[in-house]
Amino acid sequence: MSQQDDDAKNGLIERDYSSREYSVGEILRERGVSRRDFLRFCSAMTAAMALPAAFAPTVARALDEVKRPPLVWLEFQDCAGDTEALLRSANPTVGEIVLDILSVDYHETIMAAAGHQAEAVLEKTITDYKGKYICVVEGSIPMKDGGVYGCVGGKSHLDRARQVCGGALATIAVGTCASFGGIPAAVPNPTGAVGVREAVPGATVINLPGCPVNADNLTATVVHYLVFGKIPALDGHGRPLFAYGKRIHDNCERRPHFDAGQYVEHWGDEGHRKGFCLYRMGCKGPATFHNCPTQRYNDKTSWPVGSGHGCAGCSEPAFWDTMGPMYKRLPNVPGFGIEHTADKIGIGLAAGAAAAFAVHGALNALRKDKEPSDETREG
Amino acid sequence: MAKIVVDPITRIEGHLRIEAEINGGKITDAWSSSTMFRGIEKILKGRDPRDAWFWTQRFCGVCTTVHSIASIRAVEDALKIKIPPNAQLIRNIIIGIQNVQDHVIHFYHLHALDWVDVTSALKADPAKTSALAASLSDWPNNSATYFKSVQDRLKSFVASGRLGPFANAYWGHPAYKLPPEANLMATAHYLEALEWQKDVIRIHAILGSKNPHPQTFLVGGMSIPIDPDSQNALNADKLEEIKRLLKKAQDFVEKVYIPDLLAVASFYKEWAAIGGGVGNFLCYGEFPDAAGNPWFPQGAILGKDLTKVLPVDQKKVAEYVDHSWFEYTSGAEKGLHPWDGETEARYNGPKPPYEFLDTDKKYSWVKAPRYDEKAMEVGPLARVLVAYASGHKEAKAAVDMVLSKLGVGPEALFSTLGRTGARGIDCLLIARQTPKWLDELIVNISKGDYRIHANEKWDPSEWPAEASGYGWHEAPRGALGHWIKIKDQKILNYQAVVPSTWNASPRDAKGQRGPYEAALVGTPVADPAKPLEILRTIHSFDPCLACAVHVVDATGNEVIKVNVS
Repeated sequence: MSQQDDDAKNGLIERDYSSREYSVGEILRERGVSRRDFLRFCSAMTAAMALPAAFAPTVARALDEVKRPPLVWLEFQDCAGDTEALLRSANPTVGEIVLDILSVDYHETIMAAAGHQAEAVLEKTITDYKGKYICVVEGSIPMKDGGVYGCVGGKSHLDRARQVCGGALATIAVGTCASFGGIPAAVPNPTGAVGVREAVPGATVINLPGCPVNADNLTATVVHYLVFGKIPALDGHGRPLFAYGKRIHDNCERRPHFDAGQYVEHWGDEGHRKGFCLYRMGCKGPATFHNCPTQRYNDKTSWPVGSGHGCAGCSEPAFWDTMGPMYKRLPNVPGFGIEHTADKIGIGLAAGAAAAFAVHGALNALRKDKEPSDETREG
Repeated sequence: MAKIVVDPITRIEGHLRIEAEINGGKITDAWSSSTMFRGIEKILKGRDPRDAWFWTQRFCGVCTTVHSIASIRAVEDALKIKIPPNAQLIRNIIIGIQNVQDHVIHFYHLHALDWVDVTSALKADPAKTSALAASLSDWPNNSATYFKSVQDRLKSFVASGRLGPFANAYWGHPAYKLPPEANLMATAHYLEALEWQKDVIRIHAILGSKNPHPQTFLVGGMSIPIDPDSQNALNADKLEEIKRLLKKAQDFVEKVYIPDLLAVASFYKEWAAIGGGVGNFLCYGEFPDAAGNPWFPQGAILGKDLTKVLPVDQKKVAEYVDHSWFEYTSGAEKGLHPWDGETEARYNGPKPPYEFLDTDKKYSWVKAPRYDEKAMEVGPLARVLVAYASGHKEAKAAVDMVLSKLGVGPEALFSTLGRTGARGIDCLLIARQTPKWLDELIVNISKGDYRIHANEKWDPSEWPAEASGYGWHEAPRGALGHWIKIKDQKILNYQAVVPSTWNASPRDAKGQRGPYEAALVGTPVADPAKPLEILRTIHSFDPCLACAVHVVDATGNEVIKVNVS
């Protein structure tokens, strides 16, 4: 650090930040984040991106060089659940994301400005940083009836999505609504709700479904871009492989109980208390691609199966219509031998073919070479 | 006369637009409009009532537990299910920390910037800030060095010229009254609260897998198993962690939030005479004990009369659509009870992009709920007033403490400042009470009671052919009700009337304004181009618009129907 840097750090002078852009690493250190904490953050991000630990120094080097990129966060037909997920981020914290890592120029839920002044901020960022800003979208976009089902500042969500996503470096659709239409798009989809990819064809869109998104996956996606200068590899549904490349079932901590045929039969029974498999209570883990078991939520505290409730399948397209009822088991060959069927289920959904129609139908088809079906009572 | 528009109203959940007429520096009329609609109608029709909590939870990701609670209570009421004591206590803990965390986030991250000028904090003297903080509380983060480090962080941020979420706000507005030191202290606590909220809400993750959208609710109980001898269940280790986090929550509320609230309020006492609103208050009661009696009492107060707390009758709830983008087959002027609710989307507002709404006609996606034909305010103020007027011991003590510290009488509660103050009181009461429910849970467990779910009616074949029920809940933002009808093991009809529908409601058939609208009338606006004062009054309600326009209706009618409640 130069004398000027030291003075600025000590508050003796106001630094002229306009003279050059400071890197994320520099800013974090200046804000009192130690080198050790910075490297810990880099390791966490490396893990979140499913990269070998040896990549951590690469991540650190890259973050030492990148500047605070501008980010605008648009809310359409949303519940703000993904915004709340961002507020719960632990590695890095939301304070670090908002103040140090990115320049979060527009986000209705947290920004100080309102009304015309808020609109002006958005206009300025997308003009000054055209092609360089990151756009995050939360919520679906209603296409029906000229967009009257969603307006901000008198403008329809669709118009705004076209304008803002169209000029972005890349758009990250957070949550299942922005990715695939989500709950507003559930049958009969009265507002014509769709995800960003469908509403703005041609825009570069990365889907991070989940209800809500796991904020660690959002940060990891941004860091992936900052580090490697390109978007991560995606699956057929536009989801990064580092977070959605494996089924819940593949990484589930309760998998040994599944393989051993040890299931929860009633809420609160001995199997439930001992952490047995929740398949018979309706868990959709065998049909769901997401990194919940490894990444977990709220500073890695837990995840649905870890707290005794089955997976709802929330990161899959149209899961609202295809995965229910929630407590009905996936069609099914209970006990030994199910693994084979579950694998098939996963492959079917991964190919994106089965997701378009009722899972039950798909699974019934898969089941025909198995033992007689067990259309049992629930639970 | 000038008509101004604030859209988007930021620092809220959802999409809210305010149009207001200003005469002689004061608002003379106002219209509250919700501009987003998801229309999740018919989706619950024919679905499993046991799934309803998971769908309705998505009404809102901010108050992310409240619709789940109301939903499972409605189904349990319909099916006459009595849940085990442990499940009741776990729910109380989940509700408790939801309220506490939500109120603190609201105060610091959604509301504070209406009162706190962050740019003024740059001029503060860290030593004087330290003295100010130490005079208010023994919170450990109060040294001059600490405040200097926060100020430095702020300085470098501002000097970068990239202000991010703080850009282009109403900084320097004449309505900001705090001295620089108070602004610096509040800004420091804004950042601390950001850290704090993510930690304390880990209680939801321990008990319910994650937050937002915990996945742990069950009709008949909860899905977190209890077993002190298992690592896959609620055991001593996890209970201890919850206890530690509840202590952390209570400490912050007592030593940071409440002192800050009182300090800020003391500079803005004129706001105790602004923003009164409709003067009618509704509270459903909350935190049932083992016998089902609520810790916060139920009641209604009419015309600001604190001498009378009226009993609440669910039959008196009705919704109107005269000024909402819906139609009733029986005509708009008649209100409908939620069980008979009927709503058909009929947008006839201006085609976007538009400048103004036609506020003489329909102008919002929110319906107008009325109780006994009256517009009612719901939320922490209603809760605190009903408890206060009912002689609730802890509430009375907390209200009297706040009033005496500010040197004002109970009439000050009917205001923008009163609403903001009542939220703090509500938070304090709940933060102190929630650890007691944890203690009760631990006592139960130590007696060998591990039950978390009533299994007898889990299987739908045990249900009657037809059933109907309702579930009430005091959400952070106030009175929430879900109404359900079940037939042949499936949902026949499902409706919800939620807090922000009460508060954000447009006019009804009689032209009665909703609470936001009524509260804005008379609010001063120093500079119509920078209507900071509108934000103060609107934010004092803590709007949550995705909830308000959640739209669930499954009445079995063939037409596309929506229920904005």
